[in-house]
Amino acid sequence: MNRYPLWKNVLILLVVAAGFYYAAPNLYAPDPALQIAGASSSQQIDERILGRAEAALTSSDIGFFGEVLQDQGKTALIRLTDREQQLRAQAVLARALGDGFIVALNLAPTTPDWLVQGGAAPMKLGLDLSGGVHFKLEVDIAAATERKLAQYESGIKKRLREERIRGRVSIDGGQVAMQFREEADREAARREVVDLYPELFLDRVDAGDDWLLYAQVTEQTMAEVVDYAVAQNLTTIRNRVNELGVSEPLVQRQGRNRIVVELPGIQDTAEAKRILGKVANLEFRLVAEANAPISERQRFEYRSPDRGGMTEWLERDVIITGESVANAQAGFDQNGQPNVMISLDGEGGMMMSRATRANVKRRMGVLFIERKYRTRYEADETGEERPVRIPYDEKLLLTAPVIQSALGAQFQITGLDNPAEASELALMLRAGALAAPITFVEERTVGPSLGAENIQLGMKSVQVGLALVVLFMVAYYRVFGVAAVVALSANLVLLVGIMSLLGATLTLPGIAGIVLTVGMAVDANVLIFARIREEINQGAPPQTAINNGFDRALVTILDANITTLIVAIILYAIGTGPIKGFAVTLSVGIVTSMFSAIMGTRALVNAVYGGRRVRALSIGGLGRPAGGLTETAK
Amino acid sequence: MNVIPFMRWRWVAVGFSAAAMLAAIVSLSINQLNWGLDFTGGTLVEVAYSDTADLGGIRSTLDREGYDGAIVVSFGTDRDVLVRLPDGYSDQQGAIMVDKLRSATDMDIELRRIEFVGPQVGDELRDDGGIAMLTALGLVMLYVAFRFQIKFALGAVIALAHDVIFTLGFFSLTGLEFDLTVLAALLAVVGYSLNDTIVVSDRIRENLRKVRRASPAEVIDISLTETLGRTLVTSLTTLLVLVALAVFGGEMIFGFAIALLVGVTVGTYSSIYVSATTLLQLDVSKDDVMVPEKEGADQEGLLP
Repeated sequence: MNRYPLWKNVLILLVVAAGFYYAAPNLYAPDPALQIAGASSSQQIDERILGRAEAALTSSDIGFFGEVLQDQGKTALIRLTDREQQLRAQAVLARALGDGFIVALNLAPTTPDWLVQGGAAPMKLGLDLSGGVHFKLEVDIAAATERKLAQYESGIKKRLREERIRGRVSIDGGQVAMQFREEADREAARREVVDLYPELFLDRVDAGDDWLLYAQVTEQTMAEVVDYAVAQNLTTIRNRVNELGVSEPLVQRQGRNRIVVELPGIQDTAEAKRILGKVANLEFRLVAEANAPISERQRFEYRSPDRGGMTEWLERDVIITGESVANAQAGFDQNGQPNVMISLDGEGGMMMSRATRANVKRRMGVLFIERKYRTRYEADETGEERPVRIPYDEKLLLTAPVIQSALGAQFQITGLDNPAEASELALMLRAGALAAPITFVEERTVGPSLGAENIQLGMKSVQVGLALVVLFMVAYYRVFGVAAVVALSANLVLLVGIMSLLGATLTLPGIAGIVLTVGMAVDANVLIFARIREEINQGAPPQTAINNGFDRALVTILDANITTLIVAIILYAIGTGPIKGFAVTLSVGIVTSMFSAIMGTRALVNAVYGGRRVRALSIGGLGRPAGGLTETAK
Repeated sequence: MNVIPFMRWRWVAVGFSAAAMLAAIVSLSINQLNWGLDFTGGTLVEVAYSDTADLGGIRSTLDREGYDGAIVVSFGTDRDVLVRLPDGYSDQQGAIMVDKLRSATDMDIELRRIEFVGPQVGDELRDDGGIAMLTALGLVMLYVAFRFQIKFALGAVIALAHDVIFTLGFFSLTGLEFDLTVLAALLAVVGYSLNDTIVVSDRIRENLRKVRRASPAEVIDISLTETLGRTLVTSLTTLLVLVALAVFGGEMIFGFAIALLVGVTVGTYSSIYVSATTLLQLDVSKDDVMVPEKEGADQEGLLP
């Protein structure tokens, strides 16, 4: 009795072994490292550049090793021997390599090959442990919807004018209002609007002499507008985050209109915010005629690396800027050729039509403008060299198509080589257009020393908590206590292993969750042991007592844990950041603790007592060896 | 085994719980909670001075620079200083203030953390937290009603509400800061207390079916006595680790640990007295927990 079949023991051993395997990478402390990437995506990192970096580090007396090229030469990684020198090394490399490169602080994992091959990786540390910045941005929905409404208004105005329908168009409290003198006009207008914007909901109202028509934007359309504005901001912010030189940044949409940005290792929040909040812009200018005086024209390079080095002369006069661009969408024209549809707002449309009417068959260039920084090194009063960042606007040419006819508020750029080029161009146009404004609604910065301290404090509480529980369990439950403690340790290993496997992020509340799990995980064992003691007190022989104890406690354990799991899942659903971490730890902990307490402890107890004659069980009992028929005081 | 007559003293417990609930609710309506930054919005800056920080000096520096409503306290050690600005300062002000503090002293100042929470986020969190708490209670009640019986569900939910109000009252009375981690702890308390209550309810159900010729009060006493050892041991191990967390975990999770310490303690009490007393008042009996099949079998036996 009370013997586990071999397969069950093997299964438990396998699960625990897998737990150890996946938890093991957390034992290897990562190396401080620097990651080098090109400032533009086309920049390749080669041996020559790596050599320059190595020379710079050597001459500054900074120890390094394990330098490699990664991602097909897009990045390079240099490991440092001393963490204290990481910041200095970053400054040295930034100086030596110049503005064309981004040098990011990094922690390179030192997971051995035999672990990497099985897909094992260490847990990521949350910002409260690693130090860094957490931003929460909010996209201004009101502004996005207003823009959309303005776009509808100008579109309708234009169409009515074209169709020679007389009426007044205005924006009135979240809808476009049209006022006509005759019913026939209104009916004609209604047909045009339905044709132009089928997504609008139309409503006819008669007020005295006026025939009114209201065009309402449906909830669904508004939701799409918001979605679009957020998605656009998300793309733009991702691009900008890459400029910051952060390894493993996180840019994530949260809820309806929020974006979370997490930048580990960043301390200079002002700089980060400036780059995230900056607005790229566009300028539409005519391509200068060959005989134009030099004072009226400027030369610009193409942005695309495919046309590397090619330039165009543009006029100095700006037709419109990105602020007038409402939307840009990649698609296909009537001939199935890739194109980009551009919509301007009312004023922009007027400017565009005025500028293009007289210039058909000339070309128009679209400039993409980005604020960039050049770093210069200046000696301060103490003679120490400090980097000084000088802002400048980088203006690069996106495209310069021929104007085929007078343009209005809506026009398309055709003649693109392929759909990829079209979507790239649309993306850049949208990034340059003033997307719905974003505001910072939350910001958390954790200094690196606080992060390190939090890890240390967290680890200490885990150790002390575990030690206290181990002492208590062994003193109170003797041999069974030892079995519970072994199972508890296996539970911890499994918990860490599963969290690593899930790619969960370890946060301070997460560590608190682990500590709490340690305290609560013994509950299942306590329940089982209490039942076994009861059985013995009622005169059951030891083997029967063990068997019944485990069986009877099972239902209780399941009920208790499932309800707790419900709470943990709710916590995950509503929580953000660190709280989510806590919820994940708690949920995983509940599952692993059930496994280890029910199966693990049983296997151990079976191994000790199973399959032989046992006179008494060493399960404590307030100082008296329990077993036999002595009534145990409770 | 000697049965401890828990239920004989239940009116003492009811009196204690009623008094505690009253005190908690009165305090919550008068003092309210010392809402943390997560809920109020505002800016919080923690800096470490290289030597003992002069709080008075910092206060006058901030006064001079026009930071109205800035609260300056030391945090953990006498070198660590926490400055909290009320809602209304821009998201840039935290970093600017650190620069101003730096230039006002010869000591080195290390930035430990800056937190800025906009007003919209705070309100949302408070609402979401409340909703989460109610959802948790509702779902738990459903599960318990499904697995046990509606009387047990009521007992469990009253016990949970008791624990949550008690812990909230504790935070209100002591003026400890109520931040997001404390909210998480409160939900964990719900989970823990529930765990306890379920174990006790499970035993009551079992004994109602098993023990014959005993009044419901006696059955509850027997069940509570039988589970007492387990209840105390589990609470003790949990409290042990929580004490470790409160003592060694550092300032950032102190509130979390305290909330759980209070919650687990009162949760242990409530699983003995609150849920069981509720069950008794609801006239729980054998009929509430009979397995349906058995009832069918009984009826069959009545046939001629």
